[in-house]
Amino acid sequence: MRKYTPKDNVQAKAYYTDRFWAAPRVPREAVEEGGHFEKVVSALGESVKESYIEVGQLVLHIASTDNFAVIKTLKEVCGYTQCSEQSAVDYLARDGEFELFYQLLNVHEAKRVRVVCRIKKNEAIESIVPLFNSANFAEREMFDMFGIQVNNHPFLKRILMPDDWEGHPLLKTYPLHGDEFASWYEVDKIFGKEYRDVIGPENRDPAHIDRYDTKRFARVGYEVPFGTDISEGETEQSIEYSETFMVNYNKSSKQLDKRK
Amino acid sequence: MAQHQVNYASSAGLPIALTSVDKLVNWGRSNSLWPLTYGLACCAIEMMASGASRYDFDRMGTIFRASPRQADVMILAGTLSKKHAEFARRLYDQMTEPKWVISMGSCANTGGMFNTYATVQGVDRIVPVDIYLPGCAPRPETLQYALMMLQKKIRKESANMKKNEKQNLRLV
Amino acid sequence: MQQPNKLTPFFENLNFERENNTMVINFGPQHPSAHGQLRLVLELDGELVTKAYPDIGYLHRGIEKMAENMTYNEFLPTTDRLDYIASTANNYAYALAVEKLLGIEAPRRAQVIRTMLLELNRIISHLFFLATHALDVGAMSVFLYAFREREFAMDLMEDYCGARLTHSAVRIGGVPLDLPEGWVEKLAAYIAKLPEEIQTYEDLLTENRIWKMRLEDVGVISAEDALNWGCTGPMLRGSGVKYDIRKEEPYELYAELDFDIPVSDRCDSYGRYRLYMEEMKESIKILKQLIPMYAQTEPQLMAHAPQYISAPKEEIMTQNYALMQHFVLVTQGMRPPKGEVYVPTESPKGELGFYIKSEGEPYAYRLKCRAPSFFHTGLLQEILVGTYIADVVTIIGSTNIVFGEVDR
Repeated sequence: MRKYTPKDNVQAKAYYTDRFWAAPRVPREAVEEGGHFEKVVSALGESVKESYIEVGQLVLHIASTDNFAVIKTLKEVCGYTQCSEQSAVDYLARDGEFELFYQLLNVHEAKRVRVVCRIKKNEAIESIVPLFNSANFAEREMFDMFGIQVNNHPFLKRILMPDDWEGHPLLKTYPLHGDEFASWYEVDKIFGKEYRDVIGPENRDPAHIDRYDTKRFARVGYEVPFGTDISEGETEQSIEYSETFMVNYNKSSKQLDKRK
Repeated sequence: MAQHQVNYASSAGLPIALTSVDKLVNWGRSNSLWPLTYGLACCAIEMMASGASRYDFDRMGTIFRASPRQADVMILAGTLSKKHAEFARRLYDQMTEPKWVISMGSCANTGGMFNTYATVQGVDRIVPVDIYLPGCAPRPETLQYALMMLQKKIRKESANMKKNEKQNLRLV
Repeated sequence: MQQPNKLTPFFENLNFERENNTMVINFGPQHPSAHGQLRLVLELDGELVTKAYPDIGYLHRGIEKMAENMTYNEFLPTTDRLDYIASTANNYAYALAVEKLLGIEAPRRAQVIRTMLLELNRIISHLFFLATHALDVGAMSVFLYAFREREFAMDLMEDYCGARLTHSAVRIGGVPLDLPEGWVEKLAAYIAKLPEEIQTYEDLLTENRIWKMRLEDVGVISAEDALNWGCTGPMLRGSGVKYDIRKEEPYELYAELDFDIPVSDRCDSYGRYRLYMEEMKESIKILKQLIPMYAQTEPQLMAHAPQYISAPKEEIMTQNYALMQHFVLVTQGMRPPKGEVYVPTESPKGELGFYIKSEGEPYAYRLKCRAPSFFHTGLLQEILVGTYIADVVTIIGSTNIVFGEVDR
């Protein structure tokens, strides 16, 4: 039977997980009374769906439509004057949603808040560039990596990948080694598609060695022009492995049978 | 009318040496290799270090040039991403003949540890490479050794070789 | 005009002559002063920059994608290649984020060694900044001097971990090796000599007329703008905001150490240059305090958390259970608890933070590296406007961006 490989998440997965293993959770603390974070939560009022403290930072879950209003309040009322980071997490395979987070910093209190919201696959999010210019690049990167549309962004264009790139690399459906388009990108761009056969496919095997390659593995002091036959009459052989095993598993199959 | 001096060497003149033009030209070429400052990533820092005070590249006749039009060697120091690949080829095309390429570091050789969608898996897909230099990142000594190997290689070449034709053959 | 063909393609896609008499200049991606692979499209009116558009991504290597496909320990050497001028700062930021996720703490000796390495790396990075910045502005001799001192600092790094540039000297849960014999003495000798050398650079530059003319009132950024654009580290402190994560949100041993945070109100490149010089002196001060601390610590190097971190080699070789744990950790990788964590650290460039989302798998579900240089590059589109073309290189130099972490 052919092995089933899921298409919605092609990233590396644990090859073995214990049946009884259940992942613990990083402890979440409630927002303490009278502290700085409690003021923040009360200032935001109804728009906070869930709030807790995880590893010393306040996490606020909000609705995706409220993001601009909430962050505006955080900036103007609570003194969170810097947006350190903004990006997304792909939960399309599990929930059909993206999780977006905004990491904000209050320089006077030295406190950090993470605002988290979720959007569906084809939804767009409101840009916070009018509040924080640092979100300009961050939102462009999010658009580039996940394909999330950002409304009212001044210049929403690919930032890290080339303009003519296909696919959004950080989606879980995008393989690490890239798709067909990615693997021929530079050849197509420089030489043209008809040169694909001449240049050949990418070598993705880091252990690959071609013994008769006179181009990459010329011996120092014995350099030969490219394409010279260095086989000295030998026919090309695949790499042989040592026969002197401590235990030859191929031969001992009978022995194993006996033990059964 | 030609006038010949008999005791040329004894009157403090330098002795006459006979050589082929090939060797003379290659001697000149190999001892003033001017690389293009083409720092791509981490290896560029080691390339800078080899140009700086301790390792001192200048004593080998190697002076970094900022323009491809003045350079003989392209040292591809670092990871070449797919977005950058066309520019690498373009800079290579802009260099004047004769030209050589050193691929510095694992990323440039084979893609190295960056076996990902965005990295060119070996710059020899883009430009013909003369010297592959292993290491992540190679030490400045390694780069100097590579340059010495390139000098050896140049001294063995015939000077009039139409390099571009040969290399296009190699690549294409 | 060049004729495009298959082997010599023709890439021009910009119109250089505009109708309104402006000119478009393409700066990079291969430019010796661009600190890597920055492509800057500048629109010029005469010599005045009217529009700047930084085009990044020429060093995008997919490091965040790699993090999703590697176990936590496998990914650590990759972080070296983020900010390759101060590798230990990246290793440390990543290791600290994972440690926070696991809820473990490195033993005291490991903390001392880590702080030493971090500060030594800060010196290496700042010397590199000084060298390249001076070279870009035109002071070649400072480049040669600063690289000389940097080589001595790198010798120390090499003595400890064997690598000059890509250290991987910090591991999740501690450090792999104790300091070699005589290392502390070498470090003491180095930091005893360094202030003299820093004095030499300051003598060469601080009151230098050309240096002052090139740097003063160039690249001015107000405190409000700096915060708004996400500037951190020397960029923020150079604008008069006294915020250093080492002091405000202390990690490692910084809470116990006595050091100052230099701030400059000048808001320009010159102020930032002075700041870098002062920070090097503070680093020396910290290193001086760390040397006696090292002798007072117990020899344990890795945290004791058998679920996540392998036992010391001795135990693995002698005890069965330790060997089993080690086997599982090596073959399957550690499985941190579910949860998300964002840990900021003060790298030489600014706030380097790692956001890690764990789903309890041996692979991180999402890892986001908050790189200071990324946001400093974004700032370029604002501060370059209205400056002269000759100042562009100065401003890029004083933002101290490194493209390994901009593009990741």
